[in-house]
Amino acid sequence: MNAETQNSARDHTNNPAPDHTNDPAHDPGYNFAYLDEQTKRMIRRGLLKALAIPGYQVPFGSREMPLPYGWGTGGIQVTASVIGADDTLKVIDQGADDTTNAVSIRKFFRRVTGVKTTEKTAEATVIQTRHRIPEAPLREGQILVYQVPIPEPLRWLERRESESRKMHAYAEYGAMHVQLYESIARFGRITTTYDYPVKVADRYLMSPSPTPKFDNPKMHMNPAIQLFGAGREKRLYAVPPYTRVESLAFEDHPFEVQEWDDACALCGDDKSFLDEVVVDDAGTRMFMCSDSDHCRDRRAAGHRGGAEGAAAEALAAMTGGTDDGSNKDRAEDWAKDREAAQ
Amino acid sequence: MTDNPNDLKPGFADPIAGSQDAFRGLLAAMSYPGSIHRVHLPEGHPAPLSAATAAVLLTLTDGETPLWLDEQADQGAVRAYVAFHSGAPVVDDLATARFAAIAAPRTMPALDRFAPGDPAYPDRSATLILQIEDLEGGETVTLTGPGIETTRTVAPKGLPADFWAQWDRNRMLFPCGVDVILTTGDSLMALPRTVHAEQEG
Ligand SMILES: [Zn+2]
Repeated sequence: MNAETQNSARDHTNNPAPDHTNDPAHDPGYNFAYLDEQTKRMIRRGLLKALAIPGYQVPFGSREMPLPYGWGTGGIQVTASVIGADDTLKVIDQGADDTTNAVSIRKFFRRVTGVKTTEKTAEATVIQTRHRIPEAPLREGQILVYQVPIPEPLRWLERRESESRKMHAYAEYGAMHVQLYESIARFGRITTTYDYPVKVADRYLMSPSPTPKFDNPKMHMNPAIQLFGAGREKRLYAVPPYTRVESLAFEDHPFEVQEWDDACALCGDDKSFLDEVVVDDAGTRMFMCSDSDHCRDRRAAGHRGGAEGAAAEALAAMTGGTDDGSNKDRAEDWAKDREAAQ
Repeated sequence: MTDNPNDLKPGFADPIAGSQDAFRGLLAAMSYPGSIHRVHLPEGHPAPLSAATAAVLLTLTDGETPLWLDEQADQGAVRAYVAFHSGAPVVDDLATARFAAIAAPRTMPALDRFAPGDPAYPDRSATLILQIEDLEGGETVTLTGPGIETTRTVAPKGLPADFWAQWDRNRMLFPCGVDVILTTGDSLMALPRTVHAEQEG
């Protein structure tokens, strides 16, 4: 028996039930967490089935949200269905907590739930993310909610949902392997760097969309609960804790993640996912951690990278820690780079 | 169906916070199979339902989820409670039920009589709530599968004699199959269809 698992799994319900009615921070003009109770119930049922069938896409009746598609309405609906007054929420976008998207979602939940928010991965009980899995290891009981634009990994091969559903039903994934292998034949390597397909619990092909394949290994046997919501496509799926997640690969072309010749200019980390950023008007480019909380933690622990003087200050400003959206430009640059890479 | 409104037990004191809290217990239970979670339903519930069984019904069922009650659970007070708090239609045909509340699991119908979903839509399967004598103190069973890092030992007491043999057959249906929630008093544990169970000896 895993005593630690047993204990931590028991912990969270040993406190008295939270009482949302007296929560002064929650805007009384909205139902708690915005969604109506019937919608939450439907999503909750879907999430339990998603956990029971790891990697399978559960259809659900997605609701209109006060944010446009592309702002993570699927993830927001999942978060709204799981979150309670005692939770501490972290929202990240491209690894950073202070992009426009992350700030808006965090403000939204503060208003409609009154929950505490944080930028620290370790403090969060619920983390909503668009592009990254935090560098800091997650723990049992934490919930990672992914905002998914395109949930169907077979979409690029088969546009008809009725057909892709059949392929999933009978695990007919040969065509997907062929497509990846064609990439090897043409380019000498698999060129997919984002949304790289994985096999979950040796059965379902799943899209980690739109995280970089750098993060795929973090999904494997992760102690946390990983939930995925696609609002426009109306799908929920899940990777339970301690579940096998394998990136598709071939014997002669094993799965490999991105590597950088550089280290983070601020904290010196050569293992984390790096973004290339312009730090001054002269166009000087430097690398820094995409996960800003991770980078701050390392600097607080005394780690330093190669950046000095004004460049270091400019970079540090980008990892912010404020809600003013100053990281917006960097985020948009990053998104453009990402599209160009695909 | 009871005609006496005094028989109607209250639901969650705060339905929004209460069902959110119970759902988080269920989410953790389904994520970490075999782990035990408590729910909070202090306001009373109709016999013979346990607090946990009642909390699961309040949290997950509504007009869109046909509910089957076994003979022991099918009491006027239970029907009144479900009709008022959940609205789930109580059905006679267990194959059409999305949820089942089973108060006497030792004599329950075989698992394979409930809806397993179909290969294209395996989520359209039944979730069975089995109210058992105790979540601990029964025959020891070792669980493996998604949600369990290595192995987890459980000993639920009061299951049908051949439950684990039936469970094995259920697991072979994957991705189809039923999912089970075991309850006693205010506690519950879950067995998603992915769980592999090994009996000792
Ligand atoms: Zn760094």
